[in-house]
Amino acid sequence: MAQNEFWQGNKAIAMGAIAAGCRFFGGYPITPSTEVMEVMSEELPKLGGKFVQMEDEIGGIAATLGASIAGKKAMTASSGPGISLKQELLGYGYIAEIPMVLADIQRGGPSTGLPTKVSQADVMQAKWGTHGDHATIAYAPCSIPECYSLTIKAFNMAERFRQPVLVMADEVIGHMREKITIPEAGSFEVIDRKKPTVSPEEFVPYRADADDVPPMPAFGDGYRWHVTGLTTTEWGFPTNDAPDIDLKANRIIRKVERFRDEIVEYREDFMEDAEIVVISYGSVSRSSLRAIRELREQGVKVGHFRPITLWPFPDKEIAEISKRVKHIIVPELNAGQMVLEVERAVKGNCEVHRKNLINGELYKPAEIMSFIKEVA
Amino acid sequence: MPREDVKKLLRTKFMPHIWCPGCGHGIIMHSILRAISDLNIPQDKVCISSGIGCSSRMPGYIDACTLHTAHGRSLAFATGVKLANPELTIVNVMGDGDGTAIGGNHFIHACRRNIGITAVLMNNNIYGMTGGQASPTTPEGAFAATAPYGSIDPTFDICKLAAGAGATFVARATVANPIMCEQILKKAIEHQKKGFALVEIISFCHTQFGRKNKRSRPTDNIKFLKEHTVLKAQADKMTPEELEGKIVVGEFVNIENAREYTDRYNDVIERAQAQA
Ligand SMILES: Cc1ncc(C[n+]2csc(CCOP(=O)(O)OP(=O)(O)O)c2C)c(N)n1
Ligand code: SF4
Repeated sequence: MAQNEFWQGNKAIAMGAIAAGCRFFGGYPITPSTEVMEVMSEELPKLGGKFVQMEDEIGGIAATLGASIAGKKAMTASSGPGISLKQELLGYGYIAEIPMVLADIQRGGPSTGLPTKVSQADVMQAKWGTHGDHATIAYAPCSIPECYSLTIKAFNMAERFRQPVLVMADEVIGHMREKITIPEAGSFEVIDRKKPTVSPEEFVPYRADADDVPPMPAFGDGYRWHVTGLTTTEWGFPTNDAPDIDLKANRIIRKVERFRDEIVEYREDFMEDAEIVVISYGSVSRSSLRAIRELREQGVKVGHFRPITLWPFPDKEIAEISKRVKHIIVPELNAGQMVLEVERAVKGNCEVHRKNLINGELYKPAEIMSFIKEVA
Repeated sequence: MPREDVKKLLRTKFMPHIWCPGCGHGIIMHSILRAISDLNIPQDKVCISSGIGCSSRMPGYIDACTLHTAHGRSLAFATGVKLANPELTIVNVMGDGDGTAIGGNHFIHACRRNIGITAVLMNNNIYGMTGGQASPTTPEGAFAATAPYGSIDPTFDICKLAAGAGATFVARATVANPIMCEQILKKAIEHQKKGFALVEIISFCHTQFGRKNKRSRPTDNIKFLKEHTVLKAQADKMTPEELEGKIVVGEFVNIENAREYTDRYNDVIERAQAQA
């Protein structure tokens, strides 16, 4: 029987993780992400899973990576300064190809900034925060049911592509309470990482299959292999040879980019005849939709496009839209981050209007209505 | 030359190693291999983890489940590995900079949790890999790339630090006595069932520390260590003045009835499941 609950977004993220098979959480408290770890500390041991409160955020992601290497689906969560601290090891997850999920409940910054206030300031940090190149997968839920379902998806993608995946909620989504109908186990897909099919003697740790993803045994499984943050050959040992470096550095990007069309998700509302389009995500998309519904009643031809994956960015889809509309409005709770991607996709086909709010408040529907009216 | 029975534990494919000829770190690796071999721990169930540094390159050379992490973070990674699979025997190796500077916080908290990890701190009193900058164990007055006028920073006593933080096995040896290293390591690895074991092994870096401090050959360093080592039993009878500049070796803490962290976490699981 599907069950109804009235959950907070952070709780839905934790419960979604557990539904995806997460059995390890390592973290450090920071507002507004803390409830994710509190729920995990309560729920994981019931299932024989493990929770550890580490001494800092770096320890939290380190333990998470360690648990994943030892075979558990694992996650950590943080906000603002904590996300900054985790960056070096997030990079480790990309280069060593370790599946894990990072829930980023965004708050205002820089630095300690606005601990209890909403923001969407980590869009670019998620993509470029760690040094070096890699492909990012990041989901932005806009509701409590999505906190649950997109966290499951994040785990699935982390396991499938062997890398960290982000769930980027914001303070409002993380702390808001809303009805959620819990999907029954079995009604959604759960993906587990590929295990090697060859014997330990034949095993080459980082030899990728045709999909560019190498199978991954757990420490203790009988396969002995070396995990390192250094760039390596397919044997997992450090290399300084340009051709070997090329192979590794490009494969960890290619393994995601090849499947871009399968990963990218978005939602369109009132788009059939739209002449003006609002592009927004997370909590802002709720205000936008409210504004758009009212304006539609007044006959304004306005539609909404919501990126669900912030990364990979739905650029192709937005490029198509830009050829048939006059105006795109991008309201964001930052000084202008995703709008850069929108402008890149639009390539001057239509006008792009950036709207930015960085005072810790949420956009009210009336404000978004006025932006639309300005161009209508 | 490695003892015959430990050769199966070596990844010759990954050789030659990066250590300077004569570096003290090789002696520690051989002691660890002998201890693992003597204890008959299946290779597949051994995890060697490390941070970043010359010392931390060790896992690559050992044929086990090996984990070369980020600078200072090895014990935090190892904590996750151990919690996820308590069956694994974990030997976590780190340098003095790695373990007590950037990784100092993880170090004291791994001790505090008493998690079943055997940590080997390879103390060469310097940052070897980055070219000989001062570390938290560079002796006062010694010269380093970042202490051209002699270091004024007080040093850590790593064994006291570990004991104070709650490690339930704490010992020290030097590379001048590899047999003692091996014996202590065996006890420390066996102690893993009861909790966190810290073994500080005084190593040396003749190329970076030695060059600036009149110990530029490996033999100068072995001689120095031999001349300055005092057994704990002897040290207990000496005055602080007599102990000045001496390296006290032996076992400092060995709590036999300690309870290991992943074992204690099973209590949490039991309580949670009873309530559910
Ligand atoms: C975050 C970070 N900071 C600094 C470094 C540079 N670094 C690499 S090794 C090292 C020092 C290693 O010294 P130690 O831990 O004493 O080991 P040794 O090389 O002497 O064996 C440093 C500072 C790094 N790799 N990562
Ligand atoms: S630099 Fe020092 S610590 Fe590093 S390998 Fe050479 S002698 Fe050993």
